[in-house]
Amino acid sequence: MAAPLTLLLIVAVTIRAVLFRSSLAELIPERVEVVSPLNAWKRVVEGLALLDLGVSPYAGDVFHEVSPLSIPLNESNPSIHPSIMADALTAVALYLAVKDYNKTVFRKQKYALEAERYPLDCLELIRTPKEMYYIPLKVAMFYLLNPFTILSCVAKSTCGLNNAVIALFILCTVKGSSLMSAIFLALATYQSIYPLTLFAPALLYLLQRLYIPVNWQRSSFWLFTTQYTFMYLGSLCVMVCLSFFLLSSWDFLSSVYGFILSVPDLTPNIGLFWYFFAEMFEHFRLFFICVFQINVFFYTIPLSIKLKEHPIFLIFMQIAIISIFKSYPTVGDIALYMAFLPAWNHLYRFLRNIFLVSVVLLACSALFPVLWHLWIYAGSANSNFYYAITLLFNVAQILLVSDYFYAYLRREHHLTHGLYLKRKDGSEATLVLK
Amino acid sequence: MAAHRCNIFMLVFVLCGLTYVFVRADIEDTNHVKDAESVAVDIAPKANIGASLRSTKTEDQTQAAEEERQWEAETNPADAPSDNKADHVHDTMQNLDSRPAPYAKDQTQEAAEEERQWEATEVKEADRVPDTMQTPDVPPLTPAKDQFQEELVIRPLHSGDIYASFQFRTMWDTDFLRGSKVSHYRLFPKSLGQVISKFSVRELHISFTQGYWRTMQWGQPFLPSPPGAELWVWFQDTVTDVDGAWKELTNVLSGIFCASLNFIDSTNTVQPSASFKPLGLGNVTDQRFLRYAVLPREIVCTENLTPWKKLLPCGSKAGLAVLMKSEKLFHSSFHSQALHFRPVCQDWKCKSTVWELRQTLNVVFDLHTSGQGKREWSLFKMFSRTVTEACPLASSSKVYVDVTDNPQGELFELSPTTPLLSQAVVLGDRRTYSVYDLTNQATFGQTRSLNMLLRWRAAESGDMLRPLLHGERYVAGYGLQTGEIHTLMYNNHPYRAFPVLLLDTVPWYLRLYIHTLTVTSKGRDNKPSYIHYQPSKDRLRPHLLEMLVQLPPNSVTEVTMQFERALLKWTEYTPDPNHGFYVGSSVISALVPSVVAMDTNSTRECPLFSSFFPCKEESSYFMRVYTEPLLVNLPTPDFSMPYNVICLTCTVVAVGYGSLYNLLTRTFQVEEPSPGLAKRLANIIRRLRGVPLL
Repeated sequence: MAAPLTLLLIVAVTIRAVLFRSSLAELIPERVEVVSPLNAWKRVVEGLALLDLGVSPYAGDVFHEVSPLSIPLNESNPSIHPSIMADALTAVALYLAVKDYNKTVFRKQKYALEAERYPLDCLELIRTPKEMYYIPLKVAMFYLLNPFTILSCVAKSTCGLNNAVIALFILCTVKGSSLMSAIFLALATYQSIYPLTLFAPALLYLLQRLYIPVNWQRSSFWLFTTQYTFMYLGSLCVMVCLSFFLLSSWDFLSSVYGFILSVPDLTPNIGLFWYFFAEMFEHFRLFFICVFQINVFFYTIPLSIKLKEHPIFLIFMQIAIISIFKSYPTVGDIALYMAFLPAWNHLYRFLRNIFLVSVVLLACSALFPVLWHLWIYAGSANSNFYYAITLLFNVAQILLVSDYFYAYLRREHHLTHGLYLKRKDGSEATLVLK
Repeated sequence: MAAHRCNIFMLVFVLCGLTYVFVRADIEDTNHVKDAESVAVDIAPKANIGASLRSTKTEDQTQAAEEERQWEAETNPADAPSDNKADHVHDTMQNLDSRPAPYAKDQTQEAAEEERQWEATEVKEADRVPDTMQTPDVPPLTPAKDQFQEELVIRPLHSGDIYASFQFRTMWDTDFLRGSKVSHYRLFPKSLGQVISKFSVRELHISFTQGYWRTMQWGQPFLPSPPGAELWVWFQDTVTDVDGAWKELTNVLSGIFCASLNFIDSTNTVQPSASFKPLGLGNVTDQRFLRYAVLPREIVCTENLTPWKKLLPCGSKAGLAVLMKSEKLFHSSFHSQALHFRPVCQDWKCKSTVWELRQTLNVVFDLHTSGQGKREWSLFKMFSRTVTEACPLASSSKVYVDVTDNPQGELFELSPTTPLLSQAVVLGDRRTYSVYDLTNQATFGQTRSLNMLLRWRAAESGDMLRPLLHGERYVAGYGLQTGEIHTLMYNNHPYRAFPVLLLDTVPWYLRLYIHTLTVTSKGRDNKPSYIHYQPSKDRLRPHLLEMLVQLPPNSVTEVTMQFERALLKWTEYTPDPNHGFYVGSSVISALVPSVVAMDTNSTRECPLFSSFFPCKEESSYFMRVYTEPLLVNLPTPDFSMPYNVICLTCTVVAVGYGSLYNLLTRTFQVEEPSPGLAKRLANIIRRLRGVPLL
């Protein structure tokens, strides 16, 4: 299995290296879909230039990265850029994580089959080792060869780095190393608050792995939860303090987290925030910022309750929700959750509108640059055109995610109740949500 | 019918009302006239004082005038040893200083004689000492603690335009900052004095400019100013809350000058570290007490001129200010009015300080194109007024006409001719001026009014000396996403390099990237030796970039910097968003090497226009150049649809919320076919009856 992965890595790195040397390398970093004020490489360079001039990078409103991560990124090694390495690292981490996860899934399925827990007509829903064999490779391929990832990488966006940290977090969680998982989760949170919501699925997975039932009365549950929380908060504290000691000021808190939460920069992007808050009435601004930010974190608890047996799918759901509803989304964020889609290809038969959604996503991706050009350069369109496309793009993403969620729930329902359901009168029944 | 009658009644009523209003207005008008008369009567005693001053001076002046002529005749002046000269000057100055203040006539005579003598030695060394005085004024002798001077400089420009520069100086030896309030105002405007003492202002410079000074066509102005409004203030170091004082001060000044200075807030205020040093006395150079702001969009018109004129001791009733008729002043290529308040030395030794209020008005008339092809101008043609008297309160009142390019009278003809000539070193150039002394009745001649007439003989004027320092600025790039600011600085000096300070203030919505800053001259990288950069904060403060660049001789230095255009909230756009946003001028300040020696003694009597920027060394002079302001377009949202956007975005969020909520709260169930309507009704009835359902 190592050989195809190596080949894939070589192909991916070659594509990126070629693009880095082409004329597109100057064009792509300017695209608003690919870079946001949070992760633009230009702004990292600007922060370093400010540091050279003896000005704190957080004194202005250009640099919004947490410092210890981006300062070593200084272009010391131009032959292979850190963003390429980050992509490769993400792909390998996802590959290993999915491989391990598939083993767990297969083992569980085997136990269930041995215990004859599945209805008889569900045999066609059972996953076979043959189809599962290539899934890790497909996941790595989906990540590495996704045009969104490639664009993000060529733009040198630090989004790739965020993705790498999250991928490593998933890998550590799947491997059951609670300390490393907590550290990587803290790192991801420290970079951009939102991965905070991944705390719940990680905890659920680790509990499941240690065969500790989620039970409020059990002391072992509380013991482990406290332990994991402490590890997470402790490492988060260490990182924040490290940032403080590096520049000996707390400016970065408002400049990074304040910037993410209060959305002062309305540069167009593929998200829902920019135009909404550009057109917002001033006295409702705070209210709607609260509503939109709470919206990202809101789904964590109900999803954790609903999916407490399936933490990895919960991780996927959370990453997708973050990348749709976060304040400065870029295509790099989308690429991360799209990489998981091959892992759920057994849900394919239950997806309702995958064709429509994929067509809309493709069309929108093509229309982004077109309408941007019409608005900004040609002047023949206005902001509404671009805004309409971001709306459509987000609707398509929402439909995609909810479709996968539906399919996952439906498959679980079939695995307990049988695939071919009958009505009371014996005729063929249809499943509805009630 | 009733309606008609009603209408007629209404009409009668309205007519009655109108009649009443007109009658009232008439009465008020006559009152105004009466007021004006009473003011005129008020002025009369002061005029007497002025007249008495003049009477002592007239005879000296005629003698001095003779000497001046003499000096002109002398072609080879004797060369005296410089230390001797210095001693002599020193002695004279000491004499002047040690002279007792009381106003005795014999002493005045004596002093005048001494001064003249000193001037005569000066005249002999005209080659060494470029500055020659015309009739000596007597500032140290004035018994009053305040004095007022006015002058008008007219310079025919090479482009065929006429540059007229008014300067009014009020000096006052008082203490604005003592605890007790200054309550007795004579010449100094009270409205301004109160503001200065309330806010503990040490220096205040404010200018309102309409149009852009074309350095390459017109040469250097006496007092540079950027298009729009510029305000910079040094506060006393006793001020604790500088920002608060600045905020209040701008609002008060906005009221005084009828200008939009109240739009100055933290987003356009900066504290330059090196470019705006105090022009007056004082050793506090801590930039914490400095505030600088420019409003490039400000439009200057009559409503700004009227309050400005009211600050003059004579208002616009007498003296040179009579010429300031707004319909003419604003029908010009360039108009700039300014006010500078600062502490200056009282005398040569600088033992005590006096407060100087300088009001300047510069205007460039485009006579060449508006004069129906004839190249001639007169005071009347320019201002549609003539000068009939000096301001009676002024200790000196003069009109200068630049005749440097016309030594033999071959280029143009000036009438009436004046016997007085004066030389002054202005901006590194020695210029010759014809002087009309308005305090001298002879100037006005028989007609009792002075109307200078200048008629060109040659069709074209000679080559202009290229300004040594010159700046340009423009925005490069296309589209509304990014752009690049280019600033070009020209050093036209043939062999001397000199450093310049460049100050750029860019609003926050153009996000500058300092790492893209490049400075190139002659195709090579020119690393600035000093960079002070303060990045912007969104909606809080602008970018401030100051750097010290060495300009190689005879070169163009190009400074480029990339920026990104921000999308603003819809309420942050101006009412005409597609017009664009103004970015204030860059300021280039430099000590330019001078060919002729500069006058370093700032207290010596010299024309006002040549003595604004203090000069520290003889070999160079200070110069400030403002580049063009920029007009930058930003991307705009659609202003007409906030409701639509709020509704649509909320719908998308609701779609996300709804679909997830559905899946989270509901469970899968087998769908049972819903029974028909008749059956459902029957079931309801059966339930009521307690009978098993169908």
